[in-house]
Amino acid sequence: MSKEILTTQDLHLYYGEKEALKGINLNFEAKGITALIGPSGCGKSTYLRTLNRMNDLIPNVTITGTIKFKGQNLYAPSADTVQIRKEIGMVFQQPNPFPFSIYDNVIYGLRIAGEKNKEKLDAVVEKSLRQAAVWDEVKDHLHESALALSGGQQQRVCIARVLAVSPEIILLDEPTSALDPVSSSQIETTLLNLRHDYTIITVTHNLQQASRIADRTAFFMNGELVEVDQTKNIFMNPAEKQTEDYISGRFG
Amino acid sequence: MMNPKTQNKVAIGTLYGIAGLVVLILMALLGYILVSGLPQLSWHFLTAPAKAFLKGGGVGIQLYNSFYLLILAMLISFPIALGAAIYLYEYAKDNWVTTTIRTAIEILSSLPSVVVGLFGFLFFVVKLNLGFSILSGAFALTFFNLPLLTRSIEDSLRTIDTTQREGGLALGLSRWETVTRVILPAAVPSILTGVILSAGRVFGEAAALIYTAGQSAPALDFTDWNPFNISSPLNPMRPAETLAVHIWKINSEGIMPDAKAISSGSSAVLVLAILLFNFAARYLGKRLYKRLTSA
Ligand SMILES: Nc1ncnc2c1ncn2[C@@H]1O[C@H](COP(=O)(O)OP(=O)(O)O)[C@@H](O)[C@H]1O
Ligand SMILES: [Mg+2]
Repeated sequence: MSKEILTTQDLHLYYGEKEALKGINLNFEAKGITALIGPSGCGKSTYLRTLNRMNDLIPNVTITGTIKFKGQNLYAPSADTVQIRKEIGMVFQQPNPFPFSIYDNVIYGLRIAGEKNKEKLDAVVEKSLRQAAVWDEVKDHLHESALALSGGQQQRVCIARVLAVSPEIILLDEPTSALDPVSSSQIETTLLNLRHDYTIITVTHNLQQASRIADRTAFFMNGELVEVDQTKNIFMNPAEKQTEDYISGRFG
Repeated sequence: MMNPKTQNKVAIGTLYGIAGLVVLILMALLGYILVSGLPQLSWHFLTAPAKAFLKGGGVGIQLYNSFYLLILAMLISFPIALGAAIYLYEYAKDNWVTTTIRTAIEILSSLPSVVVGLFGFLFFVVKLNLGFSILSGAFALTFFNLPLLTRSIEDSLRTIDTTQREGGLALGLSRWETVTRVILPAAVPSILTGVILSAGRVFGEAAALIYTAGQSAPALDFTDWNPFNISSPLNPMRPAETLAVHIWKINSEGIMPDAKAISSGSSAVLVLAILLFNFAARYLGKRLYKRLTSA
């Protein structure tokens, strides 16, 4: 058995007539961080959102090809999107905490799933916030609004919120692009702490960030996957000319 | 030839002037109603029943009827409006069905209320044989209120960012859980504001009620709360003149000697109540938002 937890084969996605993904083949092994890089509009977000079926929300999207999570076809008619999204969580570019307390934000998924045991919920809140490296900053005002936090803290609370439902894969779409440098580096630290326990796939427009945190890096262009490899190979010794041009800042 | 800067100044000046004029007219109207009406107000006026021929009547029953009718109309229209708004905004795809529904709501909301009243008369009072009654009135008000309330709730849902919906779904909440557990709580303050504002409109409505809830206010026995008794305040089948209808009626056919004073007093009460609704809407909306967002 391979260690691959998520596989995509010949994935095409059309927004109406427009082909935004042109046959992507890309697999992910369990654990570790993969960064998706590439010029703006090349389909990184689109690809990421196919992985937990967030594109279902957009009208007129057609998807062909196969995505398998632990051998199960995510787009099979019997697939349960709700279950899929519990196992494949997502963090967005703009921090989007709910307008409730920090505590409620973190346990929201669990509470709705029916968990009532106060001790268990307390424990999950602490564990998730610690994992997201924001516990020390918020532990004294768990019951205050999450909206009162700084952008960087909000984003880490959003990460904690995803961790609380214990997913196996965490998708992040430019999680630091709306944040200041200090907050960004805290998020990077958070992700580095999580890489041993979760499979992390993050889109980033920041090449330094990819080189700092990613084990593997995939380079996209014009809806195609140009190249994927160990991060250091992509940056030091890319196989494709296009990758080299992009890395060295010759376009994009 | 004016240069752009003066042009700009003139334009802004004109707009300020127009806005000022509107405010002035409004203040004058309010001022007139309150100045002529407030001196009539007393505890007696607010609680005593009306008198048909003698002076010294009050508006107690009309005031009570207005509130009772308002509450009934809201109880009927709010769940329907909420459901319709959630369907239209959160679920419905853009196709001819939803376009038709939206157009229908649009048309309903611009229907003159006297037409709603006549429809209510023909349908609820005559056809369904409900007679001139609170219930007929409440149904007519529902028709009057439903489109406005649906649109206002839809607008409240629209103010909640799509990132919130994505956040909910990405946590593995179903569509329905996302709507009821994330979107609605976040929208409650603004929905509440909309409900109270529409309550103000309903409270002041006369034309839709004249031929449905009727123009008479039978005496009520405020010790009898059995809704099946004819003099019980809760009885939904009794005719019930409201404050707004009362004002209309006094002015068109009032023969009591103090008709003018009663009309002024009633108008002042109506205006005060509606002002109160508006301020309450702002205040409660803000309070609630603070409460909900800072646990
Ligand atoms: N909802 C949508 N409808 C139509 N086209 C879209 C939509 N979202 C993205 N696109 C298009 O698909 C392409 C890929 O977009 P995206 O995945 O957002 O790129 P990236 O995240 O790499 O910047 C772009 O050309 C974009 O204009
Ligand atoms: Mg993007």
